Amino acid sequence: MTTGSYPEPGPAAALDGNAVGGLLIELFGTEMTAALGTCATCGARRPLAETAVYLRAPGAVMRCRSCQSLLIVVARVRALNCVDLTGLAALDAPAGRAVPA
Amino acid sequence: MAGTALRGRLTWLTGTVRDVTQETPTVRTIVLDLTGWPGHEAGQHLDVRLTAEDGYTAERSYSIASAPGEPVAITVQRLDDGEVSPYLTDELRPGDELEVRGPIGGYFVWTGAGAEVGGRPLMLVAGGSGIVPLRAMLRHRERIGSKVPTRLLYSARSLPEVIYRAELDSYGRDGVQVIYTLTRSQPPGWAGYSGRIDARLLAEVSWPAGDDPATFVCGPTPFVEAAANGLVAIGYPATQVKTERFGATGR
Amino acid sequence: MPPGQYVTSDFPVLSAGPTPTASLDSWTFSIRQGSDTLKSWTWPEIKALPAEDVTVDIHCVTRWSKLDTQWQGVSVDTLLAQVDSGAEFVLAFCDGGYTTNMPIEDVTDGRAWLAFGYDGEPLEAEHGGPARLLVPHLYFWKSAKWVRGLELLDEDEPGFWETYGYHMYGDPWREQRYAGD
Ligand SMILES: Cc1cc2nc3c(=O)[nH]c(=O)nc-3n(C[C@H](O)[C@H](O)[C@H](O)COP(=O)(O)OP(=O)(O)OC[C@H]3O[C@@H](n4cnc5c(N)ncnc54)[C@H](O)[C@@H]3O)c2cc1C
Repeated sequence: MTTGSYPEPGPAAALDGNAVGGLLIELFGTEMTAALGTCATCGARRPLAETAVYLRAPGAVMRCRSCQSLLIVVARVRALNCVDLTGLAALDAPAGRAVPA
Repeated sequence: MAGTALRGRLTWLTGTVRDVTQETPTVRTIVLDLTGWPGHEAGQHLDVRLTAEDGYTAERSYSIASAPGEPVAITVQRLDDGEVSPYLTDELRPGDELEVRGPIGGYFVWTGAGAEVGGRPLMLVAGGSGIVPLRAMLRHRERIGSKVPTRLLYSARSLPEVIYRAELDSYGRDGVQVIYTLTRSQPPGWAGYSGRIDARLLAEVSWPAGDDPATFVCGPTPFVEAAANGLVAIGYPATQVKTERFGATGR
Repeated sequence: MPPGQYVTSDFPVLSAGPTPTASLDSWTFSIRQGSDTLKSWTWPEIKALPAEDVTVDIHCVTRWSKLDTQWQGVSVDTLLAQVDSGAEFVLAFCDGGYTTNMPIEDVTDGRAWLAFGYDGEPLEAEHGGPARLLVPHLYFWKSAKWVRGLELLDEDEPGFWETYGYHMYGDPWREQRYAGD
């Protein structure tokens, strides 16, 4: 490895939730990267912007950065987004921004 | 809250390229005329969509390089084997159309609220093209006349690869310190830092954690991991370090 | 070329999760049925089986295809020959929790491999190493990375992407990207 490059930390070579900011607006109708997601597996409660995001796949996969569990999976099947939120125990809007129910 | 919060649907807009500026041999800034743009905040990004003749589409995100109130601009680093960036840096001409949607993002945003005298200092850490959203924050700070003490630590491979260099150097006057570290090659007599950002360098140039700085780290994924971990190692609470990863770029 | 595909010269890395760091000392490949493990191989045991060199085209549902890719691996026939089962379907399971389903006839008769070599080198972790499935006649999400075994099933059961609306079978020549295609 040359001195000029930062080491590729294998498991962390993902994007983050900022990269799906547009997709989340498509799904929720409002900005969601600052919304707090609680991981149903380990209980970590962090902004969606900080999730580990994998886009090089048939769909978009958002994982908990603490335990790597699936939080949100979005598959675009033809023109429809198929969304799985079961990995989230809760999703809270940050103060001052409303998340539609 | 700033009056730019986006409500309702995010729609694709067709912009027209007003102007292009070569920033470095591989980086170009593209200024867009966009009718229907709702305005943006510093740090937000937009999505670009390219459509081939046969209907195949490719979408990528680009940070907005301009301050709120300025015309929308993006700054794109060319990746030789990339699908989208070479088109933006090499093919696109003034007058061409470009499809975008935005603004996007509410987390990696600096509104300037509370940025009056005595406000939280700003700590900006950029790797390569990760400077783009942080540059929007610096321009915004200047435009609103904020005096919050600000430091930018910018890691680039070499001096010619520093994006916005003339502009960054001109900030020197009013409370902005710009610190470069050059990771691959340094010009003769280089008095700045060399090598990668690590906890030692961060400890030397960052605001003390106790000053409660608003902190933004942006760049290629491996860079962001290294810089954010370094800040946490010197005592920054992880919840206070805002990060944005551009992906496996910049290798 | 299958419809709607584009040829690429590099090998895009596709994954829905972090690259696992498997230790070959504890790595196994298992064939399970219900709650029983019918057969399990260690890494040295897999490497001791007769390996084949295969040159095939691969087709990803994200629309890239890569031609004449060269792999080395053990035919799934060789593995299934060591168990006795009348199963109709398999569900491949992997490190990191990924799964994908296929009819058993699509992983037999020389149509699928447990691949551990690519281009003359050990398969890199980011491309699914130490070992992945190679089922080149189906979309590449069926060629599960970091595979650790096959679950034998009497009835078809959707895997990871299949649960979200991707096609249960995934034939690129019939453009079976999504359920109903
Ligand atoms: C929120 C956000 C903001 C961004 N802002 C900017 C910006 O302001 N300026 C800017 O220049 N870029 C920015 N980016 C990056 C940008 O979106 C594109 O990723 C970049 O331009 C490359 O796109 P491409 O189509 O040219 O390359 P691609 O075709 O996407 O390929 C990129 C390179 O990475 C390699 N690669 C791709 N995927 C993987 C993988 N999984 N593992 C290993 N290697 C891989 C490819 O081989 C290639 O070398 C931003 C990204 C995000 C998420």
